[in-house]
Amino acid sequence: MLLKIKQAVRLYGHYLSVNIRSAMQYKMSFFLTALGQFLVSFNVFLGIYFMFRRFSAVEGFTYNEVLLCFSVVLLEFSMAEMFARGFDLFPEMVRTGSFDQVLVRPRNEILQVLGSKFDMTRIGRILQAVVMFWYGVSHCSVDWNPPKIATVIFMLVGGCAVFSGLFLIYAALCFFTLEGLEFMNVLTDGAREYGRYPVSIYGKKMLLVTTFLIPYALVQYYPLLYLLEKDSRPFLIFVPLLAVWFLLPSYALWRFGVRHYQSSGS
Amino acid sequence: MKKYLSFFRLRFTMGLQYRTAALAGMVTQFAWGFLEIMVFQAFYKAEPEAFPMTMSATASYIWMQQAFLALFATWMMENNIFDTIVSGNIAYSLCRPVRIYNMWFSQSTATRVSRAVLRCFPILIVAVFLPENYRMAKPASPWHFGWFVITLVLGLLVTVAFSMLIYVFTFFTVSPQGVRIVFTSMVDFFAGAVIPLPFFPADWQRVLELLPFASMQNVPLRIYSGSMSGAEMEKAVVMQLVWLAVLVTFGSWLSRMAEKKVTIQGG
Repeated sequence: MLLKIKQAVRLYGHYLSVNIRSAMQYKMSFFLTALGQFLVSFNVFLGIYFMFRRFSAVEGFTYNEVLLCFSVVLLEFSMAEMFARGFDLFPEMVRTGSFDQVLVRPRNEILQVLGSKFDMTRIGRILQAVVMFWYGVSHCSVDWNPPKIATVIFMLVGGCAVFSGLFLIYAALCFFTLEGLEFMNVLTDGAREYGRYPVSIYGKKMLLVTTFLIPYALVQYYPLLYLLEKDSRPFLIFVPLLAVWFLLPSYALWRFGVRHYQSSGS
Repeated sequence: MKKYLSFFRLRFTMGLQYRTAALAGMVTQFAWGFLEIMVFQAFYKAEPEAFPMTMSATASYIWMQQAFLALFATWMMENNIFDTIVSGNIAYSLCRPVRIYNMWFSQSTATRVSRAVLRCFPILIVAVFLPENYRMAKPASPWHFGWFVITLVLGLLVTVAFSMLIYVFTFFTVSPQGVRIVFTSMVDFFAGAVIPLPFFPADWQRVLELLPFASMQNVPLRIYSGSMSGAEMEKAVVMQLVWLAVLVTFGSWLSRMAEKKVTIQGG
């Protein structure tokens, strides 16, 4: 078991180095795109900034509090994207039939799909997310103590799991539709864009859906209440970890898809 | 002129073929429209007096924006134009007795119009029948509606003229990625795609209104909802005409310069 994990990590590292080396063949393009990505995500931040120049609070959340919320969600998403966006190109793999190659190799197929392509230009986005996170954390008026630091770390872990699960579902659905479903963007990119505000502003129904169906609220709203001392019940610290369960149905759907995979392409 | 009209027609009918993509896009745009309105409603509930437009005008603005996304989204560019430049196929186009600038202009206008035609009606029809808070209101008056249509066309042309500059710049830089991303996100923000221009602070608004970005979606969408009329509207229409003339003149001059010393890539 341990040996298998070690091998997997080694293989993953190898994939990573291959991808970095290939991206570095086009250095200028790489840096420009990374820079572009870095600047782009500031749009959302500026949107928040200008809205709060006009309004002092929304649903009881002030600018600094929303900023903390936004920056945590952004980092959750960017980490998941960095790691799991290989699934983004998965529709292409299914359509052209190159997933067949993956299946005949004696290695875990998820690992291979993940390794098939790292979009290195996303480095710009993750850098931006880190900068925003630092800004959000340092500007919010939270006094950090160990339970709160743990809460943030759990939020990042849980959020990363939720978004990775969504990417996995996106890829798994391709087995049945043979093409990427644009609607899934609402659940991934949409969650990043609209997750900038605490889920509660979208109303009670949305809160229910995001608690029980797709657990965004578990990694955003509830732990945020704890961080901002709006609710001091200690179990909220661990709520984000519950969201990791979301990976189970996603993985099950993926397994189901692989078993039903019929090769296409030529 | 006739040949450019045929370019337009060809690209237009081609665009109409992608119906499944349009359906998928529509579902996405509905979701975005709802979420966007919910955000603004939350702000409205918090401080109605700080709201620069009425809530119903804001809802109309958002639905119109979603319905006509394809007309104004600068990030929706013609990838095949970039491809012809990067791959060198541009050589064939250069041999033809057409002006590259005009050809691309009519083609990208056609793509945008065909996409918008496929998507806008279902979105608009549903948006009109939504419950009170989310409903798209009727135009402020028939007169406003007339001006809405005129400025919609002008706004589209300004948007296309602006994205033409990015295509032409590709002649000089070859890899358009970085420039393109920075440009399009900047345009999106200053055009009022992220938050409508009235939500900006007053001093920002005064400057932004002079820039070409304000002549894109900002004008038609705000005229429709009645958040802009009278002298302000007349000024906005003049600005649209001025920017259209400036952008087209500059763009076609730049493209002539580029064609003179174009390097054909690929082989």
